[in-house]
Amino acid sequence: MLDVKLRRLFTLLSNVLGIGIESVLVNLSKGHAVESFPLLKEGQGQGQGQGQEQGQGTPMDSHRRSHSNSLLPFEICENSKPHHHHHHHHHHRSRSRFKSGQFDDGFYVHEANARSVYINDPKRTNENYEFTGNEIRTSSYTLLTFLPKNLFIQFHRVAYLYFLAIAALNQLPPLAVFGRTASLFPLLFVLCVTAIKDGYEDWRKHRSDRFENNRDCLVLQEHGNFRPKKWNRIQAGDVVKISADEMIPADIVLLGTSDQSGIAYIQTMNLDGESNLKTRFARQETVTAVTSESCGVTGVIRCEKPNRNIYEFAANMEFNGNKIPLNQSNIVLRGCVLKNTDWLIGVVVCAGQETKAMLNSAAAPPKRSKLEIYMNRETGWLSIFLFVMCSAVALGTAVWLVRHKQQLETLPYYRKTYLNLGPHFGQVYRYYGIPMEILFSFLSSVIVFQIMIPISLYITMELVRVGQSYFMVEDMDMHDSSCGLRFQCRSFNINEDLGQIRYIFSDKTGTLTENKMEFRKASVFGKNYGSSMPVPPAVKSKRRWKLKSEIPIDYDLMTLLQKEEDPSSEERVAAHDFFITLTACNTVIPVVNGSKPSKEDDGVVSIDYQGESPDEQALVSAASAYGYTLFERTSGHVVVDKNGEKIRLEVLGMHEFDSVRKRMSVVIRFPDNAVKVLVKGADTSMLSILANDKDSVWHATQTHLNEYSLEGLRTLVLASRDLSEEELEAWQSAYAEASTALYDRAIKLRHAASLIECKLKLLGATGIEDRLQEGVPDTIECLRQAGIKVWVLTGDKQETAISIGVSCKLLTPDMHKIIINANSEAHCRDLLVQAKARYGVRPSGKGQGNGKCKTIADLGKEEEEDTAPMALIIDGTSLLFDLATACRVVICCRVAPLQKAGIVNLIKSRTDDMTLAIGDGANDVSMIQMADVGVGICGQEGRQAVMASDFAMGQFRFLRKLLLVHGHWNYQRLGYLVLYNFYRNAVFVFMLFWYILCSAFSTTSALTEWSCVLYSVIYTSIPTVIVGVMDKDLSQKTLLQYPKLYGAGHRQEAYNIRLFWLTMIDTLWQSLVVFLIPVLTYQNSSIDIWSLGSLWTIAIVILVTVHLAMDVNGWILIMHVAVWGSIFITYGCLIVLDSIPLLPNYWTIYHLACSPTYWITILLVTVVALLPRFACKVASQILWPSDIQIAREVEAISKEHGDW
Amino acid sequence: MMEPHSAPTPKKYSKKPKYSKFSQQELPAWKPILTPGWVISTFTVVGIVFIPVGLASLFSSESVEEAAIRYDDKCLNEIHAQNAVAFIKNDMTNKTCTTSWTVERKMQGPIFIYYQLDNYYQNHRRYVKSRNDKQLVNPASEGDTTNCYPQDKTNGSMPIVPCGLIAWSLFNDTYKFWVNTKSLTVNKKDISWGSDRSHKFGSKVYPKNFQLGGLVGGAKLDENIPLNQQEDLIVWMRTAALPSFRKLYGKIETNLEVNDLVEIVIENNYNTYEFGGNKRLILSTATWIGGKNPFLGMAYLFVGGVSLLCAIVFILLYVIKPRPLGDPSYLSWNKNPGILK
Repeated sequence: MLDVKLRRLFTLLSNVLGIGIESVLVNLSKGHAVESFPLLKEGQGQGQGQGQEQGQGTPMDSHRRSHSNSLLPFEICENSKPHHHHHHHHHHRSRSRFKSGQFDDGFYVHEANARSVYINDPKRTNENYEFTGNEIRTSSYTLLTFLPKNLFIQFHRVAYLYFLAIAALNQLPPLAVFGRTASLFPLLFVLCVTAIKDGYEDWRKHRSDRFENNRDCLVLQEHGNFRPKKWNRIQAGDVVKISADEMIPADIVLLGTSDQSGIAYIQTMNLDGESNLKTRFARQETVTAVTSESCGVTGVIRCEKPNRNIYEFAANMEFNGNKIPLNQSNIVLRGCVLKNTDWLIGVVVCAGQETKAMLNSAAAPPKRSKLEIYMNRETGWLSIFLFVMCSAVALGTAVWLVRHKQQLETLPYYRKTYLNLGPHFGQVYRYYGIPMEILFSFLSSVIVFQIMIPISLYITMELVRVGQSYFMVEDMDMHDSSCGLRFQCRSFNINEDLGQIRYIFSDKTGTLTENKMEFRKASVFGKNYGSSMPVPPAVKSKRRWKLKSEIPIDYDLMTLLQKEEDPSSEERVAAHDFFITLTACNTVIPVVNGSKPSKEDDGVVSIDYQGESPDEQALVSAASAYGYTLFERTSGHVVVDKNGEKIRLEVLGMHEFDSVRKRMSVVIRFPDNAVKVLVKGADTSMLSILANDKDSVWHATQTHLNEYSLEGLRTLVLASRDLSEEELEAWQSAYAEASTALYDRAIKLRHAASLIECKLKLLGATGIEDRLQEGVPDTIECLRQAGIKVWVLTGDKQETAISIGVSCKLLTPDMHKIIINANSEAHCRDLLVQAKARYGVRPSGKGQGNGKCKTIADLGKEEEEDTAPMALIIDGTSLLFDLATACRVVICCRVAPLQKAGIVNLIKSRTDDMTLAIGDGANDVSMIQMADVGVGICGQEGRQAVMASDFAMGQFRFLRKLLLVHGHWNYQRLGYLVLYNFYRNAVFVFMLFWYILCSAFSTTSALTEWSCVLYSVIYTSIPTVIVGVMDKDLSQKTLLQYPKLYGAGHRQEAYNIRLFWLTMIDTLWQSLVVFLIPVLTYQNSSIDIWSLGSLWTIAIVILVTVHLAMDVNGWILIMHVAVWGSIFITYGCLIVLDSIPLLPNYWTIYHLACSPTYWITILLVTVVALLPRFACKVASQILWPSDIQIAREVEAISKEHGDW
Repeated sequence: MMEPHSAPTPKKYSKKPKYSKFSQQELPAWKPILTPGWVISTFTVVGIVFIPVGLASLFSSESVEEAAIRYDDKCLNEIHAQNAVAFIKNDMTNKTCTTSWTVERKMQGPIFIYYQLDNYYQNHRRYVKSRNDKQLVNPASEGDTTNCYPQDKTNGSMPIVPCGLIAWSLFNDTYKFWVNTKSLTVNKKDISWGSDRSHKFGSKVYPKNFQLGGLVGGAKLDENIPLNQQEDLIVWMRTAALPSFRKLYGKIETNLEVNDLVEIVIENNYNTYEFGGNKRLILSTATWIGGKNPFLGMAYLFVGGVSLLCAIVFILLYVIKPRPLGDPSYLSWNKNPGILK
């Protein structure tokens, strides 16, 4: 089921978003990429294969277990599946990628399509000017192109086109309702604001481009030595030299490195987000021709056209008459950083915009917030109102014209014909026949009523969101002080969605946990160590190595290791082998810093372990703490420092981790010539190949493993075996043959491994903790209370996932747990149907995802309610929407990156609920992009998730404040803002409409054209923005204290269609009041049109401002300034406009202000217009108080009592 | 998806936000709560303020004496009534008509004389725009007749000053008053806005080519008097807001006593018959509120009353259905504890 979905999703992704297959693979690059490929190709779910995980019952608290027997049908144990380890996977995958590349020797680039790059001959390389230089430009404009290009881009927005059309209409002589400049003003204003914003953003891009382009890099010059050159001057064909920790300026083919064998370590974090080091090789043929100061390589590289696939590269090099194939492992891409290698020398093949990094820097399509989608629906209603009003005016015109048809020539206020015997005698003046007049009347009323469609709302919303983002970014509570990371708003369009999240999909490793592996427990030879015992400092004294992190040492284990007497006891030997295995059986590279021991440190050298697997790093560090320090590693040997004594171990061969065996082994020759195989692997794969089957050590270790697993530790089993000469020989020949084999190499290697990976002696097991991040349980608890469903999607195995679930309060004792493990679709369906029947889940349709779960009586003995929460622990493909959405908590284990996105998509497409995905790694990218809101954690795994996210932050716990406080505020603010903007514009338009009915439908506006234009731009805009950015309904303390207040967003309390219609009815009333009261007041007076217009202008501005003031929740000084200031600004504008003698309204305001009638009319208008609203507000607050209202009252009361 | 500028970026965000009450949104705020006290006192205050204002307005409006005399029908004898348009268009006919009116209550001077036209859309868009403000104020711009169509130039292509439909249709009925057979002086000075006279109508702009066309719209202007002294024109050109409007004709500075017989001689020149517009002559005193209009006073009284009523209703509501402020039992999750949401 899910597979089909995923395949569809994949097709969708690649087709619709225009992302090539390779970029999807980028997203997959972490963790499960290898497993995902068959899924994509054959539609065979990895989940099916992986769904065979043994359900070991619920490792929850024990009293639940007592009656959990009745749940057994859902804990069906399938055939056991070998233990599988996330990081090993990853490690295996990256290796196999390089290896497989080396079999592609037969691949030659098609000559005709190739780029020819002449090594160290940039002139010849570039003589056809076919390649770009290394200058990059991410900015879109230059000074010259800014205006036309920016305008062109801006007019892609429908709203602006509407504006433009209105302004253009107004230029037609029969329609010129407003003066030409006045009608262009709003459009120009909006264009200017946007242009300034775009200009600023582009200026920043220019700045960062300049920074990039002006970096220095050593380039081989004509006279044969390396000189610094600016990055933007580098061309294809240049030979560059990069030193350690420098960034690679372009895509370069390696020619040589400081390492004799031509190995370079690079970090590709900027490219794919992986923080570990990767190896790249210079071809052996060229390494010898390169020294640190010169490069004697000349030749031609023919490579493929620039493309964005960062995992493939095909080329060949003509060197010394040989054609040498080049592949992925020989190229270093722009943006990577050289690590652990003193220097590398390479030739630039792709530069600037043609580099893979630049080709991949396309931005994700922008998301639109739910509120905005609803808002657009209501804008549709407003357009209908607009159409109806314009039609009414047109109809009125028609009737009026027909009735006065005979008088039109002489009617003093119409006079369609020139009758003055002048040059135009008898000609018709601006009269085009009744049908055309009706049409023009319709169009000109569109011009007059244009602000019915609140275009300014889009600008206002953008401004408000920028303001809201400012407050989110500046929030000190969301600043991660441990790594100095600020909150980042990467998307400005979906702030308010944060207040309506119903589902959170969370990654586990690195998101809930710190992704800092720590060695916690060890079971050595059937004995458990690692209960946190204080370590006597005396024991530590022999250590000479300083590590980055301190590891707590178990005293008993330390004593066992240092016991002088009886060095040959079985336990002692096992402990020794245990640590040798930890030290040797891995791929960690030690980096020794500060080779000169400084005096203060007393000869202590600091060692940094670099590796692809954090688990292995943790194990090696732990071994070092116990005195077994990995000191040096080459392909041929390992040097271990055992309490100051250096042991050189010869590595005869290594079987790397693979997903079939799920273990890794090394064959080591000890200094005493003994040969041992050291194996490390997942428990399920190891326990079957042990020699000491079912003895006491085996049982003890098994128990320990279960305990570790229940504690949420990641477990590994260690074993070893002495190899006899015959065995060694047999293996060596098999290994040698397999290593050089061209076909079926992997199978042959596996076969060789099976020769020695058997009858192993169990040494023990390790438990590594990936600590929960600070505050995770509280945050999850809080989010759950807020009515948010938290789903954890993890690649981990079931037990680990459950235990993490328990430790982060995701799973609570009062929950029913349904565990679905199935290895076939049919079986899975059966399980789900059973579970549904058992818990009485009704098939829920769209939007019904929150249905109650009724539990059957005999199950619910301990439950006080029949609506007890359930937890669903889901494995692989066995996912069914109904059941899942009926549960409060869902944990999906062993999920591939695309499956994560698939699950998010499942919920997104079948409910109206908002989804949020949070993750830290590249494997979460697809999920983050799929969800309505994507949150990236800047963690250990690079910046890929951050780059794809809408919001980025340092810690999971910030989610609480982000959603409950900022999300709530943003939603309330923006919801009100939208409604208020609709009201503000509609009340104005309605008022104009009523007046037009009194002017023979001639679309006269009593307000001056400038007032019409400035109304929404100046008179009423500032308080709208200020209130939208800063109004606070509740303090953050209250919001955090009562998470359920978040439900206001779920119930769409701040903005819904009912509120829209209520607002519109209120608008109608207010517009009638504001129109009629002045009319009735001045009905028998000599008031002129401009005076009445001026009165209306000020009355409506005061009305909408007081309306806003009435709804402000928390008054701060700046709001007073903005709200009351805008009335003064309006008066100021009126005074200025009325002081220009050429305008017809000259001096109006001075006349009006002298009469008391004017003032008491304004007062009457304001009070009468707002009285019903105020009364309804009070009544609803008394009779049907909202949660927010109650909380506000609580806040006010406790403030009175002074305990706030 | 990928970040080409990754090196500078991590630094960019690493700055710790600075604490300020503003940036942390902790500024001291006044959070008004609609407590019963607030609500009731708001309504009461509105009531208490509005009722006296209403009474004062009403009283003041009642103290205005106003007489409205419709004459467009009266001034047609039976013969002409059949063909009013032809009558009014004919320059030869005698359009003088006399009417009289007895003062019912004493009118304190100054008494304002208005004429009122009904069903006359002075606010029609074609009409409102048909003027040229530059031409009116600046003698150098007298040739500028933009916007004045179709009343911009004469047959010799000479610009009309003042041009446009508004000026062309200038009201031309005149009134003369006798009280007890004594002629009453009508003061026609200062009936327009001083600002209009000083800045909108030039003292050196004289009417030219005015009302020379085939169709005469209304009054003619003395070409020897500059525009800023043509107050009837100035008043007329301040176009009315509504289709039924009054315009000031002049002022009578003396008092009119009870039972004074006022005889009015009307030159009924202006053609409203064509479109069925009514003409009235209004004599009215004025107070601080303006002319006679009980609307404001009534509205204030009504709103004040409603406010007080609201106050009472809400007092009752608070008594009948009291809800203690901040009562947590009204929270949605306390009302329906069963809901999982």
